[in-house]
Amino acid sequence: MPDDRVITFGEAIREGLIEALARDEAVFLMGEGIADPSSFWGTTAGVVERFGPDRVMEMPVAENGMTGVAIGAAMAGQRPVISLHRVEFALLAIEQIVNNAAKAHYLSNGYHKVPLVIRIVIGRGWGQGPEHAQSLESVFAHIPGLKVVMPTFASEAKGMLIAAIEDDNPVIFIEHRWLYNVAGHVPEGYYRQPLNGPKVAVKGRDVTIVASAYMTLEAVRAAKVLEDIGCSAEVIDLRVLRPLNLGPVYRSVQKTGRLVTVDTGWVQYGIGAEVVARVASECFEALKSPPLRLGPPDHPTPSSRGLIPGFYPDGDRIVQEVGKLLAIDPERLKAGRRTLAEQRRDLPIDTPDPFFKGPF
Amino acid sequence: MAIPDIKPPNTGPDVSSDLLLKFYFEMLRVRLVEEGIADRYSEQEMRCPVHLSIGQEAVAVGACQALQPRDKVFSTHRCHAHYLAKAGDLKRMLAEIYGKAAGCIGGRGGSMHLMDPDKGMIASIPLVGSSIPLAAGSALADQRTGSDRVTVAFFGDAALEEGVFHECGNFAALRRLPVLFVCENNLYSVYTHLDDRQPKRPLTEVARAHGMPALAGDGNDVVAVYQATREAVERARRGEGPTFLLFDTYRWREHCGPNYDNDIGYRSESEYLEWRERCPIAHQRRLLFEAGLLDPDQEEARIAKIRAEIDAAFAFAKSTPLADPSQASDHVYA
Ligand SMILES: Cc1ncc(C[n+]2csc(CCOP(=O)(O)OP(=O)(O)O)c2C)c(N)n1
Ligand SMILES: [Mg+2]
Repeated sequence: MPDDRVITFGEAIREGLIEALARDEAVFLMGEGIADPSSFWGTTAGVVERFGPDRVMEMPVAENGMTGVAIGAAMAGQRPVISLHRVEFALLAIEQIVNNAAKAHYLSNGYHKVPLVIRIVIGRGWGQGPEHAQSLESVFAHIPGLKVVMPTFASEAKGMLIAAIEDDNPVIFIEHRWLYNVAGHVPEGYYRQPLNGPKVAVKGRDVTIVASAYMTLEAVRAAKVLEDIGCSAEVIDLRVLRPLNLGPVYRSVQKTGRLVTVDTGWVQYGIGAEVVARVASECFEALKSPPLRLGPPDHPTPSSRGLIPGFYPDGDRIVQEVGKLLAIDPERLKAGRRTLAEQRRDLPIDTPDPFFKGPF
Repeated sequence: MAIPDIKPPNTGPDVSSDLLLKFYFEMLRVRLVEEGIADRYSEQEMRCPVHLSIGQEAVAVGACQALQPRDKVFSTHRCHAHYLAKAGDLKRMLAEIYGKAAGCIGGRGGSMHLMDPDKGMIASIPLVGSSIPLAAGSALADQRTGSDRVTVAFFGDAALEEGVFHECGNFAALRRLPVLFVCENNLYSVYTHLDDRQPKRPLTEVARAHGMPALAGDGNDVVAVYQATREAVERARRGEGPTFLLFDTYRWREHCGPNYDNDIGYRSESEYLEWRERCPIAHQRRLLFEAGLLDPDQEEARIAKIRAEIDAAFAFAKSTPLADPSQASDHVYA
């Protein structure tokens, strides 16, 4: 079977880009640092050598202009894929994204289309501090007219990227930095994964945990530990933030009666807030306890490793919170929490977890 | 409106020998601090990105020496040299990079966010171009209050590609703001050469098109930087508005981090070696010895003092306590 092959999330994105470039002449890439030795964290390695600098365009440092140019080219039938190394750089382009990309179709009474993919990297780094480590996915998820996707697993990163490139709408393709080295089974060749909603990552009965991207992995990890003490958590990987299809979440909550959301971004007005609100509207009677939203505390992301402890939710935090929700004796959680701690051992707090080598 | 032309700086008499010595030792201090960072970086106790200015010291030192303590500076991701040249506290700088509570902003920002507002080092922002409007706003505030202070915005060649540079150039020229736009052109944005990012035209013409005088100088000649900056500062203090200063220079080490990276393919070893020949510090040293302003004993004594200061600062930064998680939520609101 070709899909026995294991590659990383970053390599899967690279393959998706190459497949799309090879299939459709209208596809081209623009970005800072996509045709340089860093090749966008390796995701465009060798791509300029294969497709040339007219299809892999190294760009000036001008994010709003670049994004607007890409929108204009997309309206004229091209299929650009632009890349922004950090969501903070995308903030410079938010004017074009929100005013033009998201509205060209509506404002032309359906005439214009913007088949554009904007790759945006979110997440934590190594002491990057308040202006290089944010997770602002909900800013984009707020905007009608955009599609916002946030893959977790390598195979999905490739399939969803191809689907995003084929899509006639502007798609914000969010890549969490700590996922790049996570490996998984990835089919070869050209394939698409529909941008149609969540997937169950772990089946369970007692509590529904809804997460995206890196937080899905932390939730999966928590679910494994909880399972050992007979608590069955269902983990749902949200995958697509907009358009939001919560059918699988409703079905899960109907079964479990309990909901925990885990966000990479801030809790207030975050993804979990929307999930909880909709679940409350759609399946209020099924809820056995108030839903719980987890995410970073309500302050900027500090640089120092001294300030970071407790900032990012992790498997251990999820285990503890689920334990409280289900009134599990903390003593019974101890062994599992120890296992989680051992997996990290003395790894510094700002370094991705060895647990996430995959494959999944 | 005719754009007044700035006369090329006249080298010589108006720079005292004390100042020439000061330039040298200030640059050397910046170099030694950054080499100290590079040497210790692999210990992995400085857990934040570092963008070193090694090779570019003359711009920071020459420009800041033309300022008064009350004048203000804004910087970028590459802010170490500006911070030190503006008399930022060395211990608090290193403590910040080590993530310590005693850091200049308590470990919140790390190396890319250095500031020492009491010394006029107002802020460093690691988004390209992002601190330029803050500098213009600072100048606007001084203009509104009748202060004679001058503000400097330091930035790299890539900032000229960002819209905000042009918005601010236009506005500052329009309102004759007491602000200096100081561009350190080190030819690269990360791994991408200027020629792959901008059409060939003098960067000074870009500024002139906004209606402000512009002057280009050798960014590895601290005296030239000083003189050009002083000229621009005087103009600003006289209420004649902003000036754009372009200084060509070169970053010796990798864009971010302590290593050399001439082998990875974006620039050549020979280009690097050419620029290294033009070391701003060695140049100034030669000048001092030739003019008989410095002798080896004097030099050795001064360097020993600088080294002692730097060693003490590293020792402090390493031993002072880490920032505490309980402080992380402070200061979200005023
Ligand atoms: C708005 C924005 N876009 C992109 C980046 C990524 N980035 C960080 S430093 C840098 C290079 C900037 O080059 P230049 O302004 O010439 O400064 P230098 O690093 O050469 O000192 C870039 C592109 C950023 N920090 N901010
Ligand atoms: Mg540069």
